[in-house]
Amino acid sequence: MFTLTQAEQIQDAGEKNYLIHEKGLWSWLTTVDHKRIAIMYMIAVLTFFLIGGIFALLIRLELFTPGQTIVSPDTYNKFMTFHGAIMVFMVIIPAIPAIFGNFVLPIMLGAKDVAFPRLNLASWYIFMIGAILAASTLFLGGVDTGWTFYTPYSISTSTNVVLTVLGAFTMGMASILTGLNFVVTIHKLRAPGQTMSRIPLFVWAIYATSIIQILATPVLGITLLLIAAERILGVGIFDPTLGGDPVLFQHFFWFYSHPAVYIMVLPAMGIISELITTFSRKTIFGYTAIAYSSFAIAGVSFIVWGHHMYVSGQSEFAGKLFSVLTMLVGVPTAIKLFNWIATMYKGSIRLDAPMLYAIGFMFLFTIGGLTGIFLASLGMDVHFHDTYFVVAHFHYVMVGGTLMAFTGGLLYWFPKMFGKMTSDTLGRISWVFVFTGFNVTFFPQFILGAMGMPRRYYDYLPEYTSLNQISTVGSWLIGLGFVIVLIAIIKAFISGEKASANPWGGKTLEWKTASPPHYENFETTPVVTEGPYEYR
Amino acid sequence: MFSLHFTVLANTFMPVQGSEIAVDVDYHYAFLVISSLIAFIILIGGMTLFIVKYKRQTENDKTAYISHNHFLEFLWSFIPFLIVMGVFYWGKVIYDKHRTFPEKAEEIHVIAQKWAWEFKYKNGVSIESAKGEVLHIPVGKPVRFIISSRDVLHSFFIPGFRNKQDAIPGRFTSMWIEAKQEGEYQVFCAEYCGTGHSNMPARIRAVAPEAYVAWLEEKKANTPVDPNAGNEMAMKGASLYKELGCSGCHTVASDAPKLSGPSWVGLFGSKREFADGSSVVGDENYIRESILNPMAKIVKGYAGIMPPYVGRVSDEEIDNIIEYIKTLK
Repeated sequence: MFTLTQAEQIQDAGEKNYLIHEKGLWSWLTTVDHKRIAIMYMIAVLTFFLIGGIFALLIRLELFTPGQTIVSPDTYNKFMTFHGAIMVFMVIIPAIPAIFGNFVLPIMLGAKDVAFPRLNLASWYIFMIGAILAASTLFLGGVDTGWTFYTPYSISTSTNVVLTVLGAFTMGMASILTGLNFVVTIHKLRAPGQTMSRIPLFVWAIYATSIIQILATPVLGITLLLIAAERILGVGIFDPTLGGDPVLFQHFFWFYSHPAVYIMVLPAMGIISELITTFSRKTIFGYTAIAYSSFAIAGVSFIVWGHHMYVSGQSEFAGKLFSVLTMLVGVPTAIKLFNWIATMYKGSIRLDAPMLYAIGFMFLFTIGGLTGIFLASLGMDVHFHDTYFVVAHFHYVMVGGTLMAFTGGLLYWFPKMFGKMTSDTLGRISWVFVFTGFNVTFFPQFILGAMGMPRRYYDYLPEYTSLNQISTVGSWLIGLGFVIVLIAIIKAFISGEKASANPWGGKTLEWKTASPPHYENFETTPVVTEGPYEYR
Repeated sequence: MFSLHFTVLANTFMPVQGSEIAVDVDYHYAFLVISSLIAFIILIGGMTLFIVKYKRQTENDKTAYISHNHFLEFLWSFIPFLIVMGVFYWGKVIYDKHRTFPEKAEEIHVIAQKWAWEFKYKNGVSIESAKGEVLHIPVGKPVRFIISSRDVLHSFFIPGFRNKQDAIPGRFTSMWIEAKQEGEYQVFCAEYCGTGHSNMPARIRAVAPEAYVAWLEEKKANTPVDPNAGNEMAMKGASLYKELGCSGCHTVASDAPKLSGPSWVGLFGSKREFADGSSVVGDENYIRESILNPMAKIVKGYAGIMPPYVGRVSDEEIDNIIEYIKTLK
């Protein structure tokens, strides 16, 4: 796909390997190398994932029986809020763009670094400040509003809303700066010959994501500051007793948070495009359609927020408008699924652990997408809104989609990042637990939702017990699955086989440099002469 | 045979169907489940087939080079588009039924608070979920709920009727149901409201219309004599009309001379035309706004001279005044 002389196609960067090129903690904390910043994000995000995951297990444990199982209702409400807020703002939103976007995007373009390396480091610090602010509520009274901070509850609750909100606000700043950095990088730092029609689909997905991050996040920032202003200064914006409008908050909040759903899932789709082509050893079917569909999803995502509000008291006309617009999301999503499957047609498919995760994504994301159509329908959603059906649906998309793709991407790029192979056997075993556990946990929740069990419930009717117990057992399987992923990673660091430059037979640029890469990515700037998936 | 399966599937896992609309919703649901299953089998079945059929044989496998196919791509964009538009339309038809309020409905006020429901009938009977009392509704007659909240957001959710509506402080929302047979139905709060969110259930019992009237009479007779509880909402509204000084500017008799404010006769449900040329239908929210913030909408032909009543009149008093205005035909 591109030309390098024999001497330049090194398998081992030796002392110039980015991991050991400079030594000591200080060299990491002051680094402007996009690869090191990616690793620092990875350490932070995986830590938060562990914390958010523990809260998930605690929530499911409490729901093992009706009434009190382990904690009081107030504690449960805090667990639920921590789980949601940590997983959304500190794990799923930053995970793929900040870790893999940072690590592989510049290499895929043939660049030495992102466009603004210092700004990139600044983003990491801003993210960490925000994360620490938000996480400190764990020890400072907690917060019990749910991750959505709906008013007027969030104005009136005695828990520590301001700190969490300021944390989310600060992390939003980091998200905007990262998005900006990527957009400029994609436009200005492509290697010679790397035209826009030759950049990998992961890059296209991150590009579409970055645009949402830049345009939507400021609205969340303003909204969260308005909550803080209302709580601290008593300015009446959302609180009806001060003359405010509580439903206005929902409009503001979802104007960001619906596009944010696509900040979470578009990069995952980008990873899937990479995994499917590499492990099918076949060129992507419909490159242009997949790239454009990311932008179609990003564009439509801005005009569908009201589908979270069908029963909120918004006008009936608005409900219908948002319903028909929401239905449109189904089209580019279907295009992607069909294109990926068409890519596998007449391929040469190998089910290594990363590909298994991609297959898992396809399976679960299809269910997540199809149930999204149920919820987009007005007549159906009036019943399903705020029930467990919604909980099941978005977990199929966020966990079944994004987290499966993330784990697939982690196992796929791990050899590139650290120069060590993870055990494929452990990877496959972890997949069995995560995939099975996921379905055992969340499929019963569709049924609970149909039966009418509302979400965010600490206690439930006796007839919901058995399904809740199945769901809780499933959560243990997922937990075990991720422990096995962790073991596979630790084992790779200790005794992992040395990775070659291109262990999976990938065609994109990151597989043309050493594992781990040279601190400037390539010895000499590559020249690109063909598309990203030329398996001929 | 197919229709039988369809019907069976429609009811699977869904709560008892309380109304005709619930039956419609369940058919829609059954259609979605079946069509999703078909879509799932096409997508994931196809994928599984390819995984098995095109398994990697050697490390030097040659693969076909297929970059795109416009006809196929058009098909799998356009067919899903048609299907989702169909689903939208079906969902809209059901939603329209939910949102088209019958002319003559039994009206019951629903007041949510942390963490209980209060239901108020026009004759002054009040049902409190916290005391374990059961809300009664007549079978075969539409019931309109006028929903409000005393504190934070709640949501009035009756799974048996496949209907819910948020309760919002400082605003009225409404929904209607019509029970098709006698039975008991569960009510949940569906909008997160804090500690007792999962602990504010209520029960609705649908009974024959005669039994409903008898129950309401009996409840009223058993209501303890108390200066307020003995009065109907509209009667309280009538006394507030005098106490708050409304009578100085608004008439309540159709033959009375014009005063400085618009007459209340026929106000409810009529089209209100304003000085700025706009208009709305005089509903609960309009009256509420006109009491609290009279300058927001000035009726054509009148001067904006009414003082705002915000802080001088409680939500409950506004409810009563509205019920009183409704009686002035």
